[in-house]
Order: sequence, then structure tokens, then C-alpha cells
Amino acid sequence: MSLLEVTDLTLHYATREDPVRAVDGVSFRLERGQALGVVGESGSGKTSLSLALMRLLPSNATGYGGSVMLDGQEVMALSDDEFRRQVRWRKLSMVFQGAQNSLNPVLRVGHQVAEPLMLENGARKAQARERVLSLFDLVRLPREVADRYPHELSGGMKQRVMIAMSLVLDPALVVLDEPTSALDVSIQAQMMNLLKDLKRDLGISFIFITHDIALASDLCDRIAVVYAGQMVEIGSADDALTQPSHPYTQLLLGSIPRLAADEPPQFIPGAPPDLTGPPSGCRFHPRCPYVFEPCDRDDPPLAAAREGHEARCWLLATEK
Amino acid sequence: MNAELLRVEDLKVYYQARKGLIGSVAVKALDGVSLEVQSGETLAIVGESGSGKTTLGRAALRLIRPTGGSIHFRGEDVTNLSDSGLGAFRRRAQGVFQDPYSSLDGFMSVAQILEEPLVIHGVGTHGERVEMIHDALRDVRMSPPEEMATKFPHMLSGGLRQRVGIARALILRPDFILADEPVSMIDASSRAEILYLMLELQRTYGIGFLYITHDIATARHFSDRIAVMYAGRVVESGPAGQVIDEPLHPYTEALIRAIPEPDASNRLRQRPVIPGEPPSPTEPPAGCRFHPRCPFAIAGTCEVVDPPLIEVKPGHMTACHLHPEPEE
Ligand SMILES: Nc1ncnc2c1ncn2[C@@H]1O[C@H](COP(=O)(O)OP(=O)(O)OP(=O)(O)O)[C@@H](O)[C@H]1O
Ligand SMILES: Nc1ncnc2c1ncn2[C@@H]1O[C@H](COP(=O)(O)OP(=O)(O)O)[C@@H](O)[C@H]1O
Ligand code: SF4
Ligand SMILES: [Mg+2]
Ligand SMILES: [Mg+2]
Repeated sequence: MSLLEVTDLTLHYATREDPVRAVDGVSFRLERGQALGVVGESGSGKTSLSLALMRLLPSNATGYGGSVMLDGQEVMALSDDEFRRQVRWRKLSMVFQGAQNSLNPVLRVGHQVAEPLMLENGARKAQARERVLSLFDLVRLPREVADRYPHELSGGMKQRVMIAMSLVLDPALVVLDEPTSALDVSIQAQMMNLLKDLKRDLGISFIFITHDIALASDLCDRIAVVYAGQMVEIGSADDALTQPSHPYTQLLLGSIPRLAADEPPQFIPGAPPDLTGPPSGCRFHPRCPYVFEPCDRDDPPLAAAREGHEARCWLLATEK
Repeated sequence: MNAELLRVEDLKVYYQARKGLIGSVAVKALDGVSLEVQSGETLAIVGESGSGKTTLGRAALRLIRPTGGSIHFRGEDVTNLSDSGLGAFRRRAQGVFQDPYSSLDGFMSVAQILEEPLVIHGVGTHGERVEMIHDALRDVRMSPPEEMATKFPHMLSGGLRQRVGIARALILRPDFILADEPVSMIDASSRAEILYLMLELQRTYGIGFLYITHDIATARHFSDRIAVMYAGRVVESGPAGQVIDEPLHPYTEALIRAIPEPDASNRLRQRPVIPGEPPSPTEPPAGCRFHPRCPFAIAGTCEVVDPPLIEVKPGHMTACHLHPEPEE
């Protein structure tokens, strides 16, 4: 049984015009102890996907639905209250995009990490403190940092605090939304090494959200590529990087400037679509160099490219 | 070509930051930087945040007055010119900035944004200016220019806004453009498009570029030379490919190794990292500023003596005691 099995997950946002189809029928699985990279450009729906999983919905959310089986349990069937008490932070937790800036400036960071233990678990102060210090060891923060205020910490240290916070109730799965985007590369590399250790030593599963597919390859066993609210390709990191099946993934890889090679980067002409009225048929068709007869008319199904590797493209669907 | 366009020497910019209630402390954002840009070439400045890149760019455009050192533009000393004396310089040296959202005035149409520098510098009649605006929009591939000129920034995507920023910098036909992180807020799939555009315009008009970026990989592909900054200093500079393929300074080497290439085997190994974080710009370490993090530091030397920037190979300089001046 997979740790997580998501089927047809949908989250739209109501606006004065048509709804924004930020998450539009997303399906994937994640095995225990593995990391799934969710890669996509700005506005493709990555943060919305994580909010949908965490059931942290903005007030204008509409069309929220689908199936989310977590550890064999259909969590979409739970009431909001049950979800909060049984699932959120306990089984599934998250580090929000830009979260290092949302620490409370007037509370010591150790206290902020301990809070859910005392509130949710009714832990005593001394117990909670012990747990916080051991979490600080785990994320390689000096213990005395627990007594400091957020403004006394560097960006990298704050992000370690956020990771400690996400682990406090011992979840099996942590969603990390662009956890290193605000950090410099040398600090980012330290953070990626830490995540690798947590995955290996504690067997934690991760959904690692990033716009940088190369960075995803630094942690993830599998990679999912999102475009305009849909998952357009999902497969092993190896396949996704070396034999990508979707034209978007191929072109995205070609747009990365390589450090080690002289080959210049290419670009994808045009821009990602507006999600209030995405293009008909395949959402990538206006930018796709291979566009042919069915592409602007019908939505391509997610089709198997190889064992364990799927892509949403008519080139694949019609081969069969 | 190959005429010296911009030369900064021993440039220092210290900001006064408040410390406590009454005290103040000097933030040494730039602490003795020397470099030059030739006309028609791109010099990339790479480094992590806080290393002083933006400060260098702002000082090079004389948007701030340096604390020490000098700036020469086409042989003329512009270090201490007053605003009124800077008129001619401002026309020839332009900037493109990071955030295409905040660097354009939302209440002005594209035509007004592009006309403003022409009006300030008293260029042309209104009819001539309209022609120049359309030409500039054609230069940055915004068509049809007549229609694009009527748009307001909020109606444009990030990539198009940054094109407007480039068109605004180009419209006075400058000799020099500072581009400070021009693509860091643009989607990955479109970044190269903007950079190719800048490269093409540079070739067409022979502009010298100072390209500031934290992305050393784009620097490799879109610049002629790279200068690496650390804690307010240039620690290495040289031909772009050479700096990346054969880095001389331990910091440059560490920076390059910290960046993953797309490769599924990355996940199976730890990435080599340099410990610690960059130093505080108020109290930079004595000796070599990188010594507390340097795996090769030479005890007794590196923490004491500040290594000068010297030429180790033709055109390739570094400031590191591992590369002493060759003895005569
Ligand atoms: N509360 C909201 N109301 C309306 N639209 C929203 C809301 N939140 C997000 N959106 C829109 O939904 C789409 C997906 O946004 P989302 O934040 O999920 O993207 P993302 O992939 O995380 O982008 P980034 O890489 O910039 O973080 C975008 O078009 C965004 O503007
Ligand atoms: N106006 C200012 N006042 C005080 N300190 C500043 C100011 N601008 C920049 N700094 C400091 O100067 C250093 C260099 O900053 P900056 O030039 O912006 O670097 P970069 O562009 O490489 O990130 C940093 O320590 C920064 O905090
Ligand atoms: S001078 Fe010394 S401390 Fe500085 S980079 Fe070179 S070896 Fe390292
Ligand atoms: Mg996001
Ligand atoms: Mg900057």
C-alpha cells in the first residue's frame, strides 16, 4: 500500500471572472520513505496543490474535491474537525513557501516549535523543551538557538527552525514548498544535505515543491512536472531527467543553463496560460513544437510511457 | 571595441547602520573593489546575497556616492560629480533592475514610461519621440508596437514588463547598461529568451554590460568575463569559461560545487558544502575574509594577511594565498 494515493484532486478559486483552475484533476502516488519532486513554473499550482493536501483552503476556494488516501485512510471523507485532530501536522505536515518570514517576532523560536506539543498533545513544559532540543540537534541547530528571537537568526537558521517545527508531531509525510528558494546556493546545499539525512535516517517521506528541476534531483526519487494546474508527467527521477516524454519537460530541461557544458540554454516561446481560461485540449498546445490534429481539441489522458512513467500528451496516447 | 568604458578602482561604499539607541556602525558593503568593463563586453558579477553586488551596480551608475575610490567612465572621473554634472553620464549609462513589477510606474502607459527619459534629456520633438518609442519596442520584440505602447504594466506578463525595462534602458542609446538580476523573477523557461535579447542588442549597439546575478550558470553562457564577489570584495575574475572550469579561489570552487546539475544520481550522495555562513559586513574577518570557512586555509598566513588580487594566468586573477604572486 502506498503512503499517499491522490486521485483527481481539484481546487479552484472563485474570482469575479471565471474560477482559477489552480489544481485541476491531479493524481499521483507516493511510496513510504520516498521523496516526490513537484516541479513547475510560477503560477502552475504547486502551492495550491499543497494547500489542497493540507486542507488549508483560502476563503474563495471552490470545487475542492477528489480522493486522498493517506496510509490507507480516505482523509477527504473526514470532517474539518476530524482532519485537524487526526491528520494535519500529525500525519501530514508542511513547511510553507516563505514561512521563515512568518515566525512570531516577539516569541523565542524554541517556544514556537514547542507550542503544538503543549496545545495539541498536552505535553508538559519540560517534556516539550526536551523534544525541541532533540529536534534542534536533528536539524543541526545549536541548542542555544532555541532561546533566541527570529531576528537574531540568519535565513538558513530560520528555515531549519521551520523544518524542526514541521517534524514536531512526528508526521510520516512532510510537504516542503520551495524550502530553499530564498537561500543562497551554499546554504541551500547545506539544507539539501539535511533533508537527505532526514529521509535516510528517519524514513520521512517528502513532497518537495520547487521551480528548479535540477534541485529536485538532489533529493527526489520521483519527479512530477506540473503545467497549468495539471500534472503533465510523472516518473522516476532518472526517467524524467534523461528520457522525458512530455514536450514541456523536454523543453524545460533544455532551458536550464548548464554549468558544466558549453551548450547554450534554449527557451520556450510564449508564456504559461492564465488559469481562469486555460487553452482547450492540451494546455501546452499553444507553445508546443509538435502540436498536431487532436491537441487543440481534446484533453490528452495521462498515458503510460514506460513502466511507472506517465505523461499527458497525445504523442503518447495515440501511439498505443 | 575593446575600449575601456568603465573603470572602478579601490571602490568603497560604507553604509551607516544604527546600532542600539545612539550608536551607529559602518556596514562595509563594498570594501576595495577594482574592475573594468570594455565597450561591447559583458562582465558578470556573481556572488551570494549581501556580497555587495547591488551596491557595486548602484555606485557604478552613481546612484550613490562612494565612500572611497574612483569611478571613471570613458576616461572621465565621475566619482564625485554632483547631480547637475552627471547629466551627460546619466544619458550614456542606464540600468535594468530585478523586479519588473516595482521598477515600472503602474500609473504610466508603456509609451509614457519610454518617453520619460527622452523628455528628461530633451531628446527630439514629440513626433520623433513616438518613432523612437516604436523602434525601442521593436528592438525588444514587442509587437505590434503601436498597440503595446498603449498598455499599462499590470496588463503585461513578467517577461513583457522586463522587456519594457530593457526598452527604457535602451531608448537613449547608452554605451553602458547595468543589469541587476534582470531575470531572477522571470520563469525559468523564459529566462534565456530575455538574456538572448540583451545579448543581441549588445551586439547591435556595441553596449558594455555589467550583468549582476547570483546565478553563475547564466553568467557562464551570457558573459565574456566573470568576477566573483565575497563579503564586499572581488575574490576572482577571469574569462567566463575558465573561471567555472578551472576556478582558482576556494570560494568560487565551493560555489560551483554547491549547484546541482539535473542528474538523478545527485540524491544518492551528500553535496560537498562549505560550512558556516558569509561574515557580517560590519566586522569582516581579518586576513582573508574567507578564511573561517576555507578548507585550505594556511595557518599563520590566511587569518593574518589580506591576500591581494593578482593575475595568476593571463586575464585570470584571484585573491588567495594558495596562488601567490609568481616570483621573478
Ligand atoms: N486565493 C486565491 N484566489 C485566486 N487565485 C489564486 C489564489 N491563490 C492562488 N491563486 C492563483 O492560482 C494559480 C496557482 O497559484 P499557486 O500559488 O498554487 O502557484 P505556484 O505554482 O505555487 O506558484 P509559485 O511558483 O509562484 O509559488 C495562480 O494563477 C495564482 O494566481
Ligand atoms: N541602504 C543600506 N543601508 C545599510 N546597509 C545596506 C544598505 N544597502 C545594502 N546594505 C548592506 O550592504 C551589504 C551589501 O548589500 P548589497 O549590495 O545589496 O548586496 P547584494 O546585491 O550582493 O545582495 C549587505 O550587508 C546589505 O545588508
Ligand atoms: S587565502 Fe587562505 S583562507 Fe583565503 S581562500 Fe585562499 S587558502 Fe582559503
Ligand atoms: Mg508557490
Ligand atoms: Mg542585490
